[in-house]
Amino acid sequence: MAFRHIRRSLSIELIKKNRMSKPYPYTRSDSSRSEAQLSLENILQGATPGAVSTHSRAILEPSVKPRDAKPRLLLMGLRRSGKSSIASVVFHKMPPNETLFLESTTRIQKDSIHSFMDFQVWDFPGQLEYLEPSFDLEDIFGSLGALVWVIDAQDDYLDSVARLNRTILTVQQYYPGINIEVFIHKVDALSEEYRQDAYQDIVQRITDELNDCGYENAPVHFYLTSIYDYSVFEAFSKVIQKLIPNLSTLENLITTLGNNCGFEKTYLFDVLSKIYIASDTRPVDMASYEMCSDYIDVIVDISELYSWDHPLRKAKGEQMQEAESHVVLHDDTMLHLMEMNKYLCLVSVIRNPEAREKKGLIDMNCRTFQEALNDVFSRSWEREEDQTT
Amino acid sequence: MDARKKKRKVLLMGKSGSGKSSMRSIIFSNYVAKDVRRLGATIDVEHSHVKFMGNLTLNLWDCGGQDAFMETYLASQRGNIFSDVAVLIYVFDIESREVDRDLDTYNAVIEALREFSPNAYVFCLVHKMDLIQAEHRQRIYEERSSLIRSRSEHFRVDTFGSSIWDQSLYKAWAGIVHKLIPNLTVIERFLSAFAKKIDAEEVILFERSTFLTVTSVSSEIGDLNPIYDRHERLSNIMKAFKHCAARNTLTTPASAGFVVMHTKTPQFNIFLGRFTDNTYIFLVVPPGEAAYNCAVLNTMLAREGFSKAAASGRSDGFPLPPPETPDDGASNGVNLGF
Repeated sequence: MAFRHIRRSLSIELIKKNRMSKPYPYTRSDSSRSEAQLSLENILQGATPGAVSTHSRAILEPSVKPRDAKPRLLLMGLRRSGKSSIASVVFHKMPPNETLFLESTTRIQKDSIHSFMDFQVWDFPGQLEYLEPSFDLEDIFGSLGALVWVIDAQDDYLDSVARLNRTILTVQQYYPGINIEVFIHKVDALSEEYRQDAYQDIVQRITDELNDCGYENAPVHFYLTSIYDYSVFEAFSKVIQKLIPNLSTLENLITTLGNNCGFEKTYLFDVLSKIYIASDTRPVDMASYEMCSDYIDVIVDISELYSWDHPLRKAKGEQMQEAESHVVLHDDTMLHLMEMNKYLCLVSVIRNPEAREKKGLIDMNCRTFQEALNDVFSRSWEREEDQTT
Repeated sequence: MDARKKKRKVLLMGKSGSGKSSMRSIIFSNYVAKDVRRLGATIDVEHSHVKFMGNLTLNLWDCGGQDAFMETYLASQRGNIFSDVAVLIYVFDIESREVDRDLDTYNAVIEALREFSPNAYVFCLVHKMDLIQAEHRQRIYEERSSLIRSRSEHFRVDTFGSSIWDQSLYKAWAGIVHKLIPNLTVIERFLSAFAKKIDAEEVILFERSTFLTVTSVSSEIGDLNPIYDRHERLSNIMKAFKHCAARNTLTTPASAGFVVMHTKTPQFNIFLGRFTDNTYIFLVVPPGEAAYNCAVLNTMLAREGFSKAAASGRSDGFPLPPPETPDDGASNGVNLGF
C-alpha cells in the first residue's frame, strides 16, 4: 500500500537523526560554538582528505566567532561576467532582462539574506585585486561557505580561468576546505554543442592546472548557468545545499514522506528566492523543478490579489494557519504545495492515480513532516545555549 | 433569432506594424509575448475561426495594414470586407509619428463601416503602451482616445490602452468578448444568485482556451478589494502557468489545462474548476474549511443546470429565482444587428 500513516516512522527517523547529528564528542564541552558552525565545518572537512582536516580545523577554529558566523557566499569573477546580475535575479527577484541596466559594481556589496538560514552574499567588483597583501585574507575568506566564481562563457575565458586558478591556489593554502563553485555563465546564447565544448575545456584547464601544482581532487564543482532560465536557480540550490546543516536529515525526511505518499518528486523550496534547499534522493529533472517553481509563483501572485485586509472580511470557520494548495493538470498530474513556515514550502509532483482520493492522508503526512522539519530547524542548540548562560 | 446565428465577423484593422497579429496570436493561438517577434507581416487578409465558449465562433479577419492593402479594402474590396461586421477592432500604435494620418485612415474605415454595417461595435486599442513611461501613460492615453472619439462619427467607441507585456491586453479583449456573448445576462443573473447562495466574495467565469474573463460577480465585501485589475492579472497568471505546464508535460499549450485547483490560505480560499465545456469557474470564499467544501460541492452540482442554460441561450429549464426584469426574453441575446 502506497499510503501509510507515517507519523511513527518519521518520528523514529527524527530521533535517530538527532542522535546522529552530534557526532563530535566535544560538542557538549565546547558550548561557545553553535551546532550550525560545527556542521558547516563538518561539511568543509568532509570535502578534504583526512590528513588535511586536522590542519584545517586548527586554522578555522580561531576564526569562528560565536553567533556572527553566518555562512558566506562570495561571488567573484572578471568584470562584466554577470555576478551582480546573478545576485539580483536570484536574491532580489529582478526580471532577467532588466539586469542590462545594472551599473558595474565598484565596491564589495554585502547582502544579508534572512531566510530559513541566515547567510551573506558578497558581490565582488571584478577588478578588485583581493590577493594583494593589503587585503586581509582572513577578513574575506574567514567564515566562508562557498566561493562562487562566474565565468562569461561568451567571452574569451582564458584570463578568467587563470585568475581563478591563482585564487584557488592561494585560498587553499590557508582554507583548504572551501567549496569552489564555478558558474560557466551566459550559456543561453550558445548552441548545445558549443556549450558542451566550453564546459569540457574549462573543466580540463582548471583541473590540469591544479593537478600540476600538486593540488589533486580539489573541491571544485562546475555548473552551466544562465539567468534567462532556471539553471542559475538550480545551480544556486546546489551551492546552498552544501551549507545547510542537517541536509541529510532533511533529505531522509523528504524521501520517507515521498515514498509513503507516492510522490514522484518533492522539493523543499525557499519561497522568496525559489532556491530549493532539499529534495528527495531521486534525480532532479528540470521539468518538475520548473513546474514546482512556477506553481509557487502562481500561488504567491494569487495571494497578492486576494490577501487584502478589511475589517468586514471575516472567516466563516476553523482553518489551518498555513497555506495549502494543489492543482490537477490535464494529464492527471497533481502538484501539491504546502507552506511549512515563514520561509519554506514543500512542493511535490504526484503522478499516483490514487492520490486524488487520498488527499486527506497526504495532507496529514505533510503536516507531520512539517512538525519534523520545524524541529530540525528550531535551532534547539540556541535555546540550550540561552539556558546555560 | 439573431442570437442563434452564432458566427460573428470580427475585423481587426490598423496600421502596419501596430501589433494586430501579435495580440491575436497571444490571445487565441497560445503564443507567449516574446515569441511574437517571429511573426511576419500579414499579407492581405488572414481569416481564422476562433471557437469561443464552444457555440460561439468568431470569424476573425486579420487585415494586413500596409497602405496598399488599406486602399483595396476601402475601394475594390469595400463591400466584401465591411458587410456583416459584428465588431471592428482598430489598433493604434501609441508610438506612431503620423497621428493625423492614422486618424484619417481610421475615419475612412469608419465611413465604410457606417455604409455597410451601421450597427457594428467599434473597439479602439491604443497599443504598445509599455513603451510610454508609466507616469505619462494615463495622460497620453486619454488625449489619444479623445482624438479617436472625435473621429468616430456616430459610433460609440470603447477604447482601451493595451500592451502585450502585461495584463492590459487581457482587459481589452475581455471587454471585447464580453460584448459578443449572446446569453450573457442569463449567465450573469445565474452567477450572482449562485454567489449569494454560497456566500462567495467573488465568482469569475473564465473562457477555457483563452482564459479571458467572460463575466464576474462579487459580493459587497468582494467589491472592496483594492486591486481593480485582478481579473486581467488572473488571466495572465493562469495562462502563464498553462504554458509552463504544457512545456513540461510535452504537449501543446492548446491541449494543456487544469482539471481543478484548490488553494487554502488564512485569508481566503480559492477554487478553480471546469464549469462547462468551455469555461472555468473561479470562486473566492472566506476562510473556513467546512464552508469552503460546501461551496465546492455546490459548484459541482450547479454545473449541470448551468451548462444547459449556456448551451441553449434561453432561460427554460434553468433553475433560477424569478427574473428581476419582466422583459427577460428580449435581453437574452445581445442584439448585434444582423
